Amino acid sequence: MRWQSDPLLHVEHLTMRFGGILAVNDLSFTAGRGDITALIGPNGAGKTTVFNCITGFYKPTQGRIAFARDGRADETDVAALTQTARRHARMASGDIYLLERMPDFEISGKAKVARTFQNIRLFQGMTVLENLIVAQHNPLMQASGWTVLGLLGVGPYRARERDAIEKAKFWLNKINLLERADDAAGDLPYGDQRRLEIARAMCMDPVLLCLDEPAAGLNPRETGDLNTLLCMLRDEQNTSLLLIEHDMNVVMQISDHVVVLDYGTKIADGAPAAIRSDPRVIAAYLGVADEDEAQAVAGERAGERT
Amino acid sequence: MEFFFQQLINGVTLGSIYGLIAIGYTMVFGIIGMVNFAHGDIFMVSAFIALLLFLALTTVIGITWLVLAFIIVLLLAMFFTSLWSWVIERLAYRPLRGSFRLAPLISAIGMSIFLANFVQVVQGPRNKPIPPMFNETIALTSGGLFDVTVAWKQIVIMVVTVVLLTIFWYIVQKTPLGRAQRACEQDRKMAALLGIDVDLTISITFIMGAALAAVAGTLYLIQFGNVNFADGFIPGVKAFTAAVLGGIGSIPGAVIGGLLIGLIEVLWAAYVSSDYKNVAAFTILIVVLIFMPQGLLGKPEIEKV
Repeated sequence: MRWQSDPLLHVEHLTMRFGGILAVNDLSFTAGRGDITALIGPNGAGKTTVFNCITGFYKPTQGRIAFARDGRADETDVAALTQTARRHARMASGDIYLLERMPDFEISGKAKVARTFQNIRLFQGMTVLENLIVAQHNPLMQASGWTVLGLLGVGPYRARERDAIEKAKFWLNKINLLERADDAAGDLPYGDQRRLEIARAMCMDPVLLCLDEPAAGLNPRETGDLNTLLCMLRDEQNTSLLLIEHDMNVVMQISDHVVVLDYGTKIADGAPAAIRSDPRVIAAYLGVADEDEAQAVAGERAGERT
Repeated sequence: MEFFFQQLINGVTLGSIYGLIAIGYTMVFGIIGMVNFAHGDIFMVSAFIALLLFLALTTVIGITWLVLAFIIVLLLAMFFTSLWSWVIERLAYRPLRGSFRLAPLISAIGMSIFLANFVQVVQGPRNKPIPPMFNETIALTSGGLFDVTVAWKQIVIMVVTVVLLTIFWYIVQKTPLGRAQRACEQDRKMAALLGIDVDLTISITFIMGAALAAVAGTLYLIQFGNVNFADGFIPGVKAFTAAVLGGIGSIPGAVIGGLLIGLIEVLWAAYVSSDYKNVAAFTILIVVLIFMPQGLLGKPEIEKV
């Protein structure tokens, strides 16, 4: 139950409204450090909207997204930070970032929350290697003295660039694409592009990696490779993962914690085994006759009361 | 034959200047998909900055060694023009980013008119001359109908162009900044998610374009010896033609396009009619847009699905 004992992401009362449409309605959940947290739900449930709020694509209509990069985010510290106009503070309980106040490039660069997309967004015209080096832009830019010193050959730029290439090669090795380092990223097969996207995100040394449907369009063998890769990220790299996924095999096999959305509202939250047998989840996914759903919900309520 | 070679040299000189301006168009178009119509006037402003700096250095401070004066003028003109361009980007373009496509274009046209009129009011409408410099010539052939000569200023123009193009090519291809620019060009949102400050990268792109325009402005001033407030328009549009001919978005394309436009203009003036040299240049723009809209080195437009 790390999402209760050691959470790193606190989404609290998140609401996102587009005109008259309520895409996400008062959603609260936490993601545990070192966990694979799956966000599931039928199409249109608001999963990607939640991702877009966390990664700064959308500014939430209401709510708070607190991120504890290291240490914990104590409630009193988060509350104290919310009172100020600041986005980030080093509190007694560790670095706390309020993601809803930050622009997208700071969320990835400073808070270290990376993401991938449903559709592949590699830089098609660049080589595989360059894609991984672009992801290490900020340290390289600093090492090159914002280009000026790098051009003059002064400073640590050459050494940093070598490190960046080493790190890129490490990840290419992990995803078995080392031989294709100098090919254009757009020429890779679909499954390889998906894994390259994950490797690119990992080159930013993220603390939390958000994956939007990483298994979409993969064949069973590629899905198996992906499961292995994601478990490796969690177990060897200590990266926390938040993923949106429709493939229930992936979700049930690898995730530690599942949050279920339907029509922008959280309907269940817990360990995979508990989610699998939750009547509300089954109702949302399979659909049930109205009386049955009413019964299921009523039963749930009765359960909550006791 | 000598006549042809002489025109070739003149054409390459002029083409170098067009190429330097064209890079500013092509880089800005590549990164934000906008034609910066004020770029020609940035070039004109830079020529004025160079003129003022040159007069200040030679008459007020009294530097007599022309090479030193030239280098100082070049560097300072690049600096001040970059500053102008940065301010313009900040005030006139950035607030309109994310607005509909025509908005920054209209803003750029307005900025172009503003700059021309501003210089007209501040500097007066007449041609402003500088004393000729680097005018000595070297004879490349002798004994023919007449000598093929190249003036020192033409050599300066070609050398400065080649050196700066190499530096800029290196920046774009090999440095983190260049990678960030290419990343922004392909997918701005994704670039932001990788921690790249997109607004800053776009500002730097404007600044780099303006710095090259300043080089072009300084060289133009040396080549032609005078400048007036309206001189931004025609060279600006010709450089834009060069960028389109080379394939807009492609930096080598902009240079090749610039050289071709320079050569065509000079050869047309020499062999056909100098009255119609602008017509020749702009006819190319029309022909290219009809038959080869992606230009010489441009990528064909791929529809994103």
